[in-house]
Amino acid sequence: MLEIKNLYAQVGNNLILKGINLNIKDGEVVILMGPNGGGKTTLLHTIMGMPKYKIIDGQILFNEIDITNLSPDERAKLGIGIMFQKPPYIRGVNLKELASIIPGHKDNKVIEENAEAIDMKDYLEREVNFGFSGGELKRSEVFQLLCQDPKLILLDEPESGVDIENISLIGKNLNKLLGKEEKIKNRVKSGIIVTHTGYILDYINANKGFILIDGKIVCEGTPNDILEEVRKYGYRRCQQCK
Amino acid sequence: MQIDLSRKYKDLAKRAVNKKAAYGIDIDLKMYEDAAEVGNYKGLDTLPTEIKEAALLAGVDVTEKNRSGTYMQIDHSVIYNKIMASYENKIEIISVNDALEKFPEMEKYWWQAVNVDQDKYTANAELKPMHGYFIRVLPGMKIDKPIQSCLMLQENAKVQNVHNIIILEEGAEAQIITGCAIPPKVKEGLHIGISEFYIKKGAKLTFTMIHNWAEDFHVRPRSAAIVEEDATFINNYVLLKPVKSIQMFPSANLIGKNAKAQFNSILYGKEDSHIDVGSKVILTGENTAGQAVSRAIVDDNATIYARGTLIGKNDTVKAHLDCRGILASKDAVMYAIPELVADKSTHAKLSHEAAIGPIGEEEIEYLMARGLSKDEAVTLITQGFMDTKILGLPEMLENSLKEMINRTRDDTM
Ligand SMILES: Nc1ncnc2c1ncn2[C@@H]1O[C@H](COP(=O)(O)OP(=O)(O)OP(=O)(O)O)[C@@H](O)[C@H]1O
Ligand SMILES: [Mg+2]
Repeated sequence: MLEIKNLYAQVGNNLILKGINLNIKDGEVVILMGPNGGGKTTLLHTIMGMPKYKIIDGQILFNEIDITNLSPDERAKLGIGIMFQKPPYIRGVNLKELASIIPGHKDNKVIEENAEAIDMKDYLEREVNFGFSGGELKRSEVFQLLCQDPKLILLDEPESGVDIENISLIGKNLNKLLGKEEKIKNRVKSGIIVTHTGYILDYINANKGFILIDGKIVCEGTPNDILEEVRKYGYRRCQQCK
Repeated sequence: MQIDLSRKYKDLAKRAVNKKAAYGIDIDLKMYEDAAEVGNYKGLDTLPTEIKEAALLAGVDVTEKNRSGTYMQIDHSVIYNKIMASYENKIEIISVNDALEKFPEMEKYWWQAVNVDQDKYTANAELKPMHGYFIRVLPGMKIDKPIQSCLMLQENAKVQNVHNIIILEEGAEAQIITGCAIPPKVKEGLHIGISEFYIKKGAKLTFTMIHNWAEDFHVRPRSAAIVEEDATFINNYVLLKPVKSIQMFPSANLIGKNAKAQFNSILYGKEDSHIDVGSKVILTGENTAGQAVSRAIVDDNATIYARGTLIGKNDTVKAHLDCRGILASKDAVMYAIPELVADKSTHAKLSHEAAIGPIGEEEIEYLMARGLSKDEAVTLITQGFMDTKILGLPEMLENSLKEMINRTRDDTM
């Protein structure tokens, strides 16, 4: 699904990603942990092709296509979707309007069903993300992803700031989005989930975990091993592997 | 009656013929000849194609299917007015000249909301009157389909002075869509339009004016509304085409308890347009409320002044002004000028927000990450900015306005 080779990327004048190598197979879901400012959001935005993130070196392949120089909309059309950690708002455009022009599911019925599923029905007529609470923003993002239905889903802290009930709702919907309801051998969708707490793992089974520190992947393991390491020792011991 | 009225106001007008307006470019009225008379038409569908097309761009439904009544004037001739059968005993639509002859009560409405000697334009309208419409919605009548009016100028270098009187009797409700337009071959001229609105107790009017002029047209509307107890006045203004200059500062005086007014303007400044558009809400009565929203995109060499004034004259009033602009060209200029006046009203709540800035990169990129092309993203954000939803228009008209905004944007940006 995704192959990242020796990726260097900068934001502004700061080199943030320093030689990332990462492979994600079809149907695989991985978690990405790491201290604040380590470069997790930068990695997801670079995969998405956000213009502020400049690739200095390396390559990104998506389903064997070199997407290193593609714009975000071209990548989205190929099947990459992202849930932003800090989404902006858009005045005068309501959520329903946006949902109906996101390439993917256009039809009204699907939009209503998706909104129902993530409890966003009452927000369809509201301006996109405007005045939304922290948890509402997360649901708005999941709703938009449900409408887009990408193959590779980049989730930047889907559970932070979300109450317990809504974590469960978001978890269930992300499971659906990741195709976890399919039979195991039919699963083709992949995901990268950035998490600080691992709470989302109560709802989503992940295959692997990585730790990203100072722009480098310093550790790889099973999601539980990674989570346990971080819970017990923080990133102290990982720092030594830099 | 008409003679008495005109003598009184003509005297006042004569004294104001050289009085410059408070805002806007000054126009030498001698430059403009009087427009000629033209004939009558049987139906809107029999109009010459070029006129029909211009009317369409100003929101006129030439099939009349979705309208309750129509008034149409070209130059200074009333060429058509009609009330659809099922609305016959609910609304009156006639030339204002006929109304002056027919209704003695016109005395209570003629130059009562707007001052005849406000400036040379009001004076000129009185001294060289050229019709205008009289629209009255009878007491308690709720008109489901919009009433439409269309004022057009056909000949070059001509002036059109119209004086309109709009009355919503007690408990009446209606929507009026008025388009001002010119066929493509007409390049220059001057339009002066006086509009006086009387919204009586419990009545509600949504008045939408869509302007579609030409590069060398000067436009000087002068309008004011008097809004009584529990009544609502919504005034929408849409300008999407280039114009030489337009200056107006319509006002609503909320004299009755609980009266409400809302002004919405959507302005697209193109080419060398000089646009000076304000709105004023005077909150006189107890518990009155007002809102003035303006959205402007300034492109090419255009200049836009977006003004807004809220005057609180009562302790229990509340009003908000919201003025936003996007500068789409390095040669464009925008002034956002909000003004709040608390006039001996210590508890009046008046507020404003004004902002000028570009379309946010972050929003464009956000939409691109959802799969919209850059152009689609900018279109959607622009549409949202020029928020036609706030106008509360019939869906068809709203959609055609959206399309016009997109086309206007595509032309240059
Ligand atoms: N526009 C920018 N200009 C300069 N530096 C930036 C910019 N955006 C991000 N950075 C820096 O890049 C580094 C990585 O940030 P990033 O957002 O990727 O971290 P993160 O791992 O997602 O952290 P968190 O867990 O706090 O979300 C940080 O030091 C951040 O300050
Ligand atoms: Mg982050």
